[in-house]
Amino acid sequence: MIRLLIPLIVFAGLVALLIAGLQTGDERKLVQSPLIGKPVPDFSLPGLHDPDTVRTRDELLGEPFILNVWGSWCWACRVEHPFVERLGQEAGIPLVGFNWKDERADALEWIERFGDAWDFHLVDYEGRVAIDLGVYGAPETFLIDHRGIIRHKHIGPIDATVFDELLRRIMEMQAEAE
Amino acid sequence: MVLVLVPLLALGSAIEPYPFESELQEQRFKALAEELRCTVCQNQSLADSDAPLARDLREELFRMLQDNRSDQEIRNFMVERYGNYVLYRPPLAGHTLLLWGGPIVLLVIGLIAALIVIRKRRQAL
Repeated sequence: MIRLLIPLIVFAGLVALLIAGLQTGDERKLVQSPLIGKPVPDFSLPGLHDPDTVRTRDELLGEPFILNVWGSWCWACRVEHPFVERLGQEAGIPLVGFNWKDERADALEWIERFGDAWDFHLVDYEGRVAIDLGVYGAPETFLIDHRGIIRHKHIGPIDATVFDELLRRIMEMQAEAE
Repeated sequence: MVLVLVPLLALGSAIEPYPFESELQEQRFKALAEELRCTVCQNQSLADSDAPLARDLREELFRMLQDNRSDQEIRNFMVERYGNYVLYRPPLAGHTLLLWGGPIVLLVIGLIAALIVIRKRRQAL
């Protein structure tokens, strides 16, 4: 009797493994950046409205800020835009746009059309700084504390389900900075 | 003639022609591009992908090779930014032990099972 059950048990085990594999498949998207807990990489990047103004990492430190990676070519950035606007209104810390691999004219047109939710933008046309940040898609949103440590990264569009969580983390960073 | 042919040859693959310093450098480039995963693609290596990010990363890879960085340094550079996910061959560590050891364990179990079955059959004869 037991002998007959062994293949069945092995089979059930395999099925369980495969089901587990299918369900964890999506968790890859949630894999957090290896940069969390580490300082934001050094950069100096021009602005979007003001290409002659170059901002460096060190200039941004001292207070927490949000770094929101976007591009006019990015469809999901349109989807998250209302939430980015709300974040800008409610966060109380600088909301920095990271305009990634875009054309200046396209980016300006996009902002004209959908609204400029950000305090200012950094432009990374070449994508070099984006590589240092481990950006692999847009939109992505980084929360960086007053010491310049990357505290959180949200991959994909900000939506209603993550908005409160982001806000909570931002409050936490603000409290620490004071 | 060569100048005309080189860009034509490049049309066939995702890899753009880089001015490699030596054949060795080119081989290292190809090997690394094969073993690094394009993080935005569905299971494609940096060598296979036409995605803009893959193109950027290949450029970075080429730059690092010219900078005389070792293969391991280049792998570390990628892992520091994108995590172990970029490696098609993940490192041997606690959480990857099952991945590396699993097939061997299964093979051993299979062999033992086969041996038992063969012995039983012989006894039955």
